[in-house]
Amino acid sequence: MFVLVVGGGKVGYYLAKELIESGHEVALMEKDSARAHQIADEIGSIVIAHDGCEGKYLAEAGCNRADVVAAVTGDDEDNLVICQMAKHHFDVPRTIARVNNPKNEALFRHLGVDELISPTRMILGSIEQDIPVHELLHLAALGEGELELIEAHLQAGSPAIGRAPRDLSIPEGCSLFAVIRDGVAAPLRPDTVMIEGDKVIAIGKTDCQALLHEQLIGETVPAEA
Amino acid sequence: MKIVIVGCGRVGASAADLYDRNGHEVIVLDSSTVAFERLPSTFGGTAIRGDGTDEDVLRRAGAEGADVFLSLTEGDNRNVMAAQLAAEVLGARRVIAKINDPVRSTAYAELGIATVCRTGLIVDAMNAYIGLPPSGLPGLLPPSGHHDTAAHHDHDPSAASAATASAPLSTPVATREA
Repeated sequence: MFVLVVGGGKVGYYLAKELIESGHEVALMEKDSARAHQIADEIGSIVIAHDGCEGKYLAEAGCNRADVVAAVTGDDEDNLVICQMAKHHFDVPRTIARVNNPKNEALFRHLGVDELISPTRMILGSIEQDIPVHELLHLAALGEGELELIEAHLQAGSPAIGRAPRDLSIPEGCSLFAVIRDGVAAPLRPDTVMIEGDKVIAIGKTDCQALLHEQLIGETVPAEA
Repeated sequence: MKIVIVGCGRVGASAADLYDRNGHEVIVLDSSTVAFERLPSTFGGTAIRGDGTDEDVLRRAGAEGADVFLSLTEGDNRNVMAAQLAAEVLGARRVIAKINDPVRSTAYAELGIATVCRTGLIVDAMNAYIGLPPSGLPGLLPPSGHHDTAAHHDHDPSAASAATASAPLSTPVATREA
């Protein structure tokens, strides 16, 4: 596979190195010529010391025959433009962008970037998993990001305690499918009575979260902006 | 008309002043307050410090539903991103992005935003003066397509990585302002 990596920071550098080791054809674009030469000294002549946002240099780097373009610079707007140029101008089948500001994810997806990697959100998710809060815990995004895997930890005061899923009004497009009790996972059936301390695993559309929160956590519904 | 201008450089400041004097509602943004010194003391519009590629900043500035949105910073890519945000999310009616790279300028006109390319404008102005034929480089290009209708490919549904978490556009996670 021919992979064009744009951005020669730490991410781009290690990415190119790993890809070469796995036997792929790689070209790395880095606009800072000092940095480009430094990388070239180490991993060879695959480095192009030019701005990967500029159409002319993308063409010279062979963008039109790339199977994958990975835009991993530190600037979101550059990564967006690299992916859009690759996709629409050079017909690259698969584009991947690093997104630093999590708020840009929806826009990038809307504008046709195939895959987004957000280090900020990943770290944030990891931190949030360790904080015991009376909130729904977001475990993962599925599909194009319209579905989310959610965990609800039932604590005293939850309206779901002592009731079964069939007694709750679960929003449409949402499914409660498993329960973790004393560290053991079990399927959550319509008649399974939930108890305090249960962790209920649900899958649903991002816009049902307020209702799910009301049913499983109770109290105030978090303000949805 | 409500006119939003991102980037208060020479072009942005001149346009802001002109439209303001012509009685339009002008909102101008720049990441540096020093840039606003280019505006005359008579300027009656709104000048806001903030990143024009940040949706929250644009909303707070009142950029929603602008009749005209001009993206005129020094960075081609910042202009592209701000313009697409304005057109796709904020409902701006007419959007122009300054893109000095002729290749990107042409490509983004095909993707649905009007682009203005200094490279082509200057070369053609000089050619006209010298008496040479037009360069063929883009100057101001109206939008000729849409990002949805441009090149399409087969998407592998599994390609959407499960590790890629997503959130609605408005999740209050981090604000980037500079």
